[in-house]
Amino acid sequence: MPATVPALSEVGMAICIFLILLVPLAIAGLALINTGFVRSRSAAHAMLSTLCVVAIAAGVYFVCGFALEGYAGRPMHAISIAGKQWSWLADEKFFFRGLELDGSPASLAALLQIFGVGLAAAIPLGSAADRWRLGASAAAAVLLAGCIYPLFAHWAWGGGWLAQLGVNYSLGRGFIDCGGAGSIQAVGGLNALVILWILGPRRGKYSVEGIPAAIPGHNTVLVLFGCLLALLGWVGLNSAGAILFTGTIPARVVLIAVNTMLSASASALTSLLITRIRFGKPDASLVANGWVGGLVASCAGCAYMEPLAALLIGVVAGALVTFSIQWLELIAVDDTVGSFSVHGLCGLWSLLAAGLFAHVPGAAPGQWIAQVVGIATLLGFVLPLSYGLNLLLDRVLPQRVPPEGERQGMDLHELGAGAYPEFVTYTEDFIQR
Amino acid sequence: MKIAGFLLLLSGWLLVLAAVMLLAVPASRLCFVLAGGGVEILGLFLVFRAHAPLARERH
Repeated sequence: MPATVPALSEVGMAICIFLILLVPLAIAGLALINTGFVRSRSAAHAMLSTLCVVAIAAGVYFVCGFALEGYAGRPMHAISIAGKQWSWLADEKFFFRGLELDGSPASLAALLQIFGVGLAAAIPLGSAADRWRLGASAAAAVLLAGCIYPLFAHWAWGGGWLAQLGVNYSLGRGFIDCGGAGSIQAVGGLNALVILWILGPRRGKYSVEGIPAAIPGHNTVLVLFGCLLALLGWVGLNSAGAILFTGTIPARVVLIAVNTMLSASASALTSLLITRIRFGKPDASLVANGWVGGLVASCAGCAYMEPLAALLIGVVAGALVTFSIQWLELIAVDDTVGSFSVHGLCGLWSLLAAGLFAHVPGAAPGQWIAQVVGIATLLGFVLPLSYGLNLLLDRVLPQRVPPEGERQGMDLHELGAGAYPEFVTYTEDFIQR
Repeated sequence: MKIAGFLLLLSGWLLVLAAVMLLAVPASRLCFVLAGGGVEILGLFLVFRAHAPLARERH
């Protein structure tokens, strides 16, 4: 990561703005995926939760998120350890004060992250669907957007100590994360895991003997359409992130788009192949997860990888998603959508893969150690911090809906009306278990 | 077990940070970074293990 990102030409700025405006499509895709994967009685709740959480995350990021995160070359708090500067927090003003919204790289980064933080906050919604209260998910989004996300994003994207590992300790070019594999995907995915631990599995997911039952989503078409929509969003996210956070030239957008597409394709096809071999038929939901897992895996090093490497990264991501979703189910982690596997695990894999496959111009050797330090920070600092904050929140504001609400469905219980009022409702949904 | 797991996660991270800050020789730095990563994996394993019975009991 360069100490400062050079100002963009007018054409570069226009391209960057266009790419940033694609990012909400990633959120829309994720919202459709989350909604399609839940039962019909919780569909409206899933979509409304996404909308609320994205709105809250944007608001909180405006109030204090950017002030804590900052941008490379702008004011920040740093401590000196053995003569090296360790920047741990930005020193910006709240409410975007002091930030000129004029198309400068810092202002474009703020715009990108208003969407990015919404995407990160929407990730846990999929995992905890069918049992996470709307109020609690909104409060968790405040914690994520106001504390967890800005802190790690400053370290990785805002010129913080992770980004400066190259300058300070000659570890490659420092921690690189073009499209937010760590800052957005892994942070969101680990937050999803924390919420899953706190909430526990859905009612009816496990038998008395502890054997998991399949609870299929209500609309696979929504899920698959969401996957296609997410592709556009991810191309925007990876490209704009690479330009704004690693100083990549706009002409590299072509390479980034190719890598993003190849990684997603390879991952989806790997999932398809694995499920075809294991179950006799392709599993649409796992293939959809594989697709998004491939998009996530493309994030970190997309601007510095050969297309062949992107293909290989996608293949590994597809296998990782497919096997981890099934493995998590066996150890009583009931991830409704598979968000932890898709965003958390594939985000971490993307960071490691960037260290292994990326060829960053002018970088010293040891890039992969910088990436491992970033992964260690996510697991050793972000995960416990997120767990502690959300556990505290659970004590103040119980996150799980009461059993009655789960029986009724989140739509009726929390919103008072269903998503599909003209549908015939299955009666067994309302029988006391 | 859960608290021990989280403490191991934190310890592993600190080990990685210490390796980066204090060790200049690439080989020893690499060893300690990997050792820190190993400690974190152990911590993660413990946290997962601690939560599995909790989830089943709650259910």
